[in-house]
Amino acid sequence: MSVRHALLALLSEGPKYGLQLREEFEARTGEVWPLNVGQVYQTLQRLERDGLVESDDDADEGPQKGFRITEDGTAELASWLRTPPDLASPPRDELVMKVLVAVRMPGTDVHDVIQVHRRYLVELMQQWTRIKEDEAEFDVSLALVVDAELFRLDAVIRWLDSADGRLKRAAADEQPLLPAASLPRLRRRVGVRR
Amino acid sequence: MNGAGPTTGKGKAVAVLEMRSVSKTYGTGAAQVHALRGVDLSVPAGTMVAVMGPSGSGKSTLLTIAGSLEDPTSGDVLIGGMELARMSRNGKARLRRRTVGYVFQDFNLLPGLTAAENVALPLELDGMSARRARAASLQTLDELGLAERAAQFPDQLSGGERQRVAIARALVGQHRLLLADEPSGALDSVNAEEVMRLLHNACKRGVAAVVVTHDAQLASWADRVVFLRDGLVVDQTAPAAGPESLLSAGPGGRLPGAPRMGPGQ
Repeated sequence: MSVRHALLALLSEGPKYGLQLREEFEARTGEVWPLNVGQVYQTLQRLERDGLVESDDDADEGPQKGFRITEDGTAELASWLRTPPDLASPPRDELVMKVLVAVRMPGTDVHDVIQVHRRYLVELMQQWTRIKEDEAEFDVSLALVVDAELFRLDAVIRWLDSADGRLKRAAADEQPLLPAASLPRLRRRVGVRR
Repeated sequence: MNGAGPTTGKGKAVAVLEMRSVSKTYGTGAAQVHALRGVDLSVPAGTMVAVMGPSGSGKSTLLTIAGSLEDPTSGDVLIGGMELARMSRNGKARLRRRTVGYVFQDFNLLPGLTAAENVALPLELDGMSARRARAASLQTLDELGLAERAAQFPDQLSGGERQRVAIARALVGQHRLLLADEPSGALDSVNAEEVMRLLHNACKRGVAAVVVTHDAQLASWADRVVFLRDGLVVDQTAPAAGPESLLSAGPGGRLPGAPRMGPGQ
């Protein structure tokens, strides 16, 4: 999540004060992403340095200092919206590592390890779903943020389910496990940059 | 606004559904399959329990036994405190009609009947007059936001509406136990959420529900999620935390697992 571009987006609606920017940012993300004042000012300073926003020169530093977006800032925002986030390189997924380790560790039942994580993730999803219950307080921005989180967790659970099934089938077929160096091999095979 | 959550009669009241060391074995000898192996499950009024597990884990068997459509090989099933094994066939059939509502993946609505007639049917089969059954049916349809669709036939309804009619049929009258097998079937996620919201609201009004699913998003509506593997309950979620726990700040976040941001990322 880019605080820089979120602030530019708020400023694209008109000039605003620092404190106001922080409040509006939190309100629009359903208060799921808290932001501290320091982060806001630090980011604004960098935006100003890069010529993407301007401030009232004569005003004191602090909550009353006003900011507005520049032409360059508007162009930067437009290009950011259409730039896909980096989803191409697989992240180093801790959970994948744990399951890979559990498969080879003597005396460890990988299915038990998978279940520990599955339960934790479902509990987390239950907590997110609780937010949906109160329809009256469930606005569209909050709904979008909560759904994104639920789909992300759901994807991890689906992976665990498929790993569970795949390992069970492999054990039934007495298939040998992959060689230990499977991740670096994968990296070479799909040509992923580090 | 105190966010106490669904506490309706939890703990004290007799569970609407109680399964005690329920086992089910199909076939004999080498072909024997243990579909369920000593399953304990207690579902109090006002509670939704989701049962998750891979295909062949015994989910559907658990549901058919809970609904008295099949007898367990061993163990006890009690609905509203009544032991099914001690009831006559007719008694069980009556219990099924009066107390238990089913929601299936493929809706199972009768195509020749309107929405209102489909919902009224279980009441009429139970001997209620057509007029009273219709009134009860219309009331339930209204509660589920389907008042305007009452006169439509199933093929005139959208998938989401059909499933809502099926839920109305499962809830109509005095049904206190709702058994659902993959209730959102092939619905899209918005309609699936609507289905779960309706089931959840029914539970808030005191119905007990068991929802069998492999979909974590559906299961996450439940108060408790039970994990079934090879006919055994291997795990379950801790009692669901109330909404207030979500708002207590973890490190750098108001919600658990909320992504954290660095400055100028």
